[in-house]
Amino acid sequence: MIFGIPLLTIAIWLPIIFGVLVLATGHDRNAPLARNIALLGAVLGFLVTLPLYTGFDKMTSSMQFVEMHNWIPRFNIHYHLGVDGISVLFILLNSFFTPLVVLAGWKVIEKRVAQYLAAFLIMSGLVNGVFASLDAVLFYVFWEAMLIPMFIIIGVWGGPNRVYAAVKFFLYTLLGSLLMLVALLYLYNQSGGSFEILDYHQMAIPMTAQILVFIAFFMAFSVKVPMFPVHTWLPDAHVEAPTGGSVVLAAIMLKVGAYGFLRFSMPIAPDASHSLSGVMITLSLIAVVYIGLVALTQSDMKKLVAYSSISHMGFVTLGFFIFNAYGMEGALLQMISHGFVAGALFLCIGVLYDRVHSRQIVDYGGVANKMPVFAAFFMLFAMANSGLPGTSGFVGEFLVIMGSVKANFWFAFLAASTLIFGAAYTLWMYKRVIFGAVANDHVAHLHDINWREKLIFTILAVSVLVMGIYPLPFSDILHTSVNDLLVHLARSKL
Amino acid sequence: MSYLSTLFPAYAEIFLLVVVSLIMIVDLFTKNQNRTVTYLLVQFTLLGCSLITVATHQNGIVHLFNNMFVDDLMSDVLKLLSYLAVSMMLVYSRTYLLARGLFTGEFLALVLFTLMGMMVMISASNFITLYLGLELLSLSLYAMVALQRDSATATEAAMKYFILGALASGLLLYGMSMLYGATGSLDVNAISHAIQQGVANKPLLVFGLVFIVSGLAFKLGAVPFHMWIPDVYHGAPTAMTMLIGTAPKLAAFAFTMRILVEGMQPLMMHWSSMLAILAVLSMAIGNITAISQTNIKRMFAYSTIAHMGFLLVGVLSGGIEGYGSAMFYAVIYVLMSLGGFGMIMLMSREGFEADSLNDFKGLNQRSPWLAFMMLLLMFSMAGVPPTEGFNAKISVLNAAVQEGHIPLVVMAVLFSLIGAFYYLRIVKLMYFDAPESHEKIYMQPDSSLLISINGLAVLVLGILPGTLMSVCAVSVQQSLLLQ
Repeated sequence: MIFGIPLLTIAIWLPIIFGVLVLATGHDRNAPLARNIALLGAVLGFLVTLPLYTGFDKMTSSMQFVEMHNWIPRFNIHYHLGVDGISVLFILLNSFFTPLVVLAGWKVIEKRVAQYLAAFLIMSGLVNGVFASLDAVLFYVFWEAMLIPMFIIIGVWGGPNRVYAAVKFFLYTLLGSLLMLVALLYLYNQSGGSFEILDYHQMAIPMTAQILVFIAFFMAFSVKVPMFPVHTWLPDAHVEAPTGGSVVLAAIMLKVGAYGFLRFSMPIAPDASHSLSGVMITLSLIAVVYIGLVALTQSDMKKLVAYSSISHMGFVTLGFFIFNAYGMEGALLQMISHGFVAGALFLCIGVLYDRVHSRQIVDYGGVANKMPVFAAFFMLFAMANSGLPGTSGFVGEFLVIMGSVKANFWFAFLAASTLIFGAAYTLWMYKRVIFGAVANDHVAHLHDINWREKLIFTILAVSVLVMGIYPLPFSDILHTSVNDLLVHLARSKL
Repeated sequence: MSYLSTLFPAYAEIFLLVVVSLIMIVDLFTKNQNRTVTYLLVQFTLLGCSLITVATHQNGIVHLFNNMFVDDLMSDVLKLLSYLAVSMMLVYSRTYLLARGLFTGEFLALVLFTLMGMMVMISASNFITLYLGLELLSLSLYAMVALQRDSATATEAAMKYFILGALASGLLLYGMSMLYGATGSLDVNAISHAIQQGVANKPLLVFGLVFIVSGLAFKLGAVPFHMWIPDVYHGAPTAMTMLIGTAPKLAAFAFTMRILVEGMQPLMMHWSSMLAILAVLSMAIGNITAISQTNIKRMFAYSTIAHMGFLLVGVLSGGIEGYGSAMFYAVIYVLMSLGGFGMIMLMSREGFEADSLNDFKGLNQRSPWLAFMMLLLMFSMAGVPPTEGFNAKISVLNAAVQEGHIPLVVMAVLFSLIGAFYYLRIVKLMYFDAPESHEKIYMQPDSSLLISINGLAVLVLGILPGTLMSVCAVSVQQSLLLQ
């Protein structure tokens, strides 16, 4: 807290309150008003998170901006918020994306505008809550509540097969979450009645219990990441979701799962993490290599980027479970970079979809002739997705590969294959969509992006480049926390 | 006078009995077809009962009529909640029943008689009073289901309900007689004492227990004694379904506490394993069968079965946590069901029952507010935070984990995942599908206000459940003398 202002509370509740206000505008005839309120709320929501960065103390790994109040005294549940180097960047990332998502849906969404915008604002607040919670029940409440707006976003404004995708998304994630709940209740009773996540970090747990707890958390987080083999909901959800929904899914939701590994699985069950790291690394490498190959064969652009996301998230989990500083920092940077890049790619596809109403690669060709500015932006993001040095995509991947070389050469070898596959599927898609002769009438009638789209892409392009060229402001923040986490993980809790 | 003043713990029941008789007479002389006078009298009676219950509350446990009747914190809390549930039920169902010509004096009197049955059950501490209360409740309900004489399904439902209910009562009585034979008493506390002393014949006791648990399971609607629930819920007019599905569950909870916990705590290892089987079966069959229903009342029936399974998990876990969480679950369940059935009645019109799942299609386009309320109720039933259903589930699960019933908890969790699917389907119908009719939903101001309060209560109690949770825990602690 700075000057007694509860920054985290504001970061969580301000978007939610604006969401409710937007909802109150009601009917579609008030849509312009709803859009303006939503944009105001989203921008304010981002501005209030900036002091979290500027006021952050980089020298300590302990929780900062802590707030603690009684919530349900009977079960010793607290409204306990706080951030460390691992979580603070994700709150910023999430709040940063909310205005972009609001802008991206500005003209495209025409039916039930207020509900659409409100769902995004409310979700933004809830996601901030997930990253800021230090109480397990509070975390769980935010974690689950987040599903409700996303379920509705996919189901109401999504594509033709949206209902199937929405239900699949919800049930997949709920299954994992419920097992996590059982694990949390077990920990509550073992710890003598505490729901404090930080208490769990210090608690001694026998090996069998650690393994079971790890598996329960794994069910929850691996679905969200998503890891192979529970990734199948993601392509469906991405393809059917409206552009804004895909952006939030890729940029934010997937990070929530990976964050869970760092906040729960690994520090609570370090011995189990070590002994199961072989499995985790194998699953991660399958995601990197196999899903990378799957992406190569996609004919739907959104599906392609969805598979590419799974492959990139495989990098993240690989980085976590090789237990060294390069790997872990690289993984965290990769998460942030992937947020920018995948978000931007989905926005690019959204731009094309809004004009042509198709996501199939074969329906395009020669777009560069008609949309040169767009093609340039798309190029940058495609390059970033393939991990070109100088873009944000490079930093994380490079560090993770470096970390894996330390662990085992063959890990690094397989992981590095993504540099080839990634480039192959991204650039091949880019080539087929953007270059060549104008393919058909639809493409011939395309008009280039307007100022609103330019604004969104410029912001993202700057972020991608800044992070690629000068990643220190990002890595600086997480450095101390990552090192202390690794020290903690090296101690046995048996 | 001095004798009357010793009766103060039963003043609410006495008051209710007097007023019901008065209301029946007054109703004969009202010409008003809409029964406004009678209706208001009933609502004021409920208010009066609440005031009396609050005013006559005493700390500690007070016995009356040679230990036949007990007044303690748990009974007062459950009674107050029953008044509230009955009163809400009347508000929700008035328009619905008026449109069907069922809003008669008899109906209102029967409602009050069911309430009295519940109050007697809640306060009973002797098998005789328990049984009296149960029969008063059940017989009034049988009559109410049959009130719609020209409806074949309602008559069929009433017959089924009556026959199976009578069978269950028979089982219960049989069990009680065995316990009487084994212990020589019908008084709950004396039975508990006799079992503890070890003077009772053990095989006879356990045999009696089996029958008692079966009878209880019948009344709660736990699998495999659940067969009547779907047919009765489906066949009865929605207002009666709402009455059957809500407040009596509170009485059934009290009934379970009095018999199993107060009377037969020493046999806990026997009954808790029986309840475990009932609980798992109920959650499994309830949740899985609910998926294939196309009628929302039938779906709610199976969902009730599943919820009762969850409640039993709390009961069998025991201790303040277990019983407290089961009571909390029962209260929350009643509130959610009131909202759910209330929504069906709000959407029904004269000659039209909105009881098919398809009637909820596109509700978001017809009335976004109602759809949002239903969304809250459905997510709450599914146990998704931040709604109160989540708190109810987590407190039951927590009690079970504390007692080390991990496999049971994992099963409960998996079945509630299956349960989430059919609740989610309603949300899907409301939000993702196009409406089948664009007819305006005509709502009375009182019931639409109530559904808003009900829906928001689900959310607010979900965010701030602390007080209600503590009330439940403290009342079972004080009433059952738990440490």
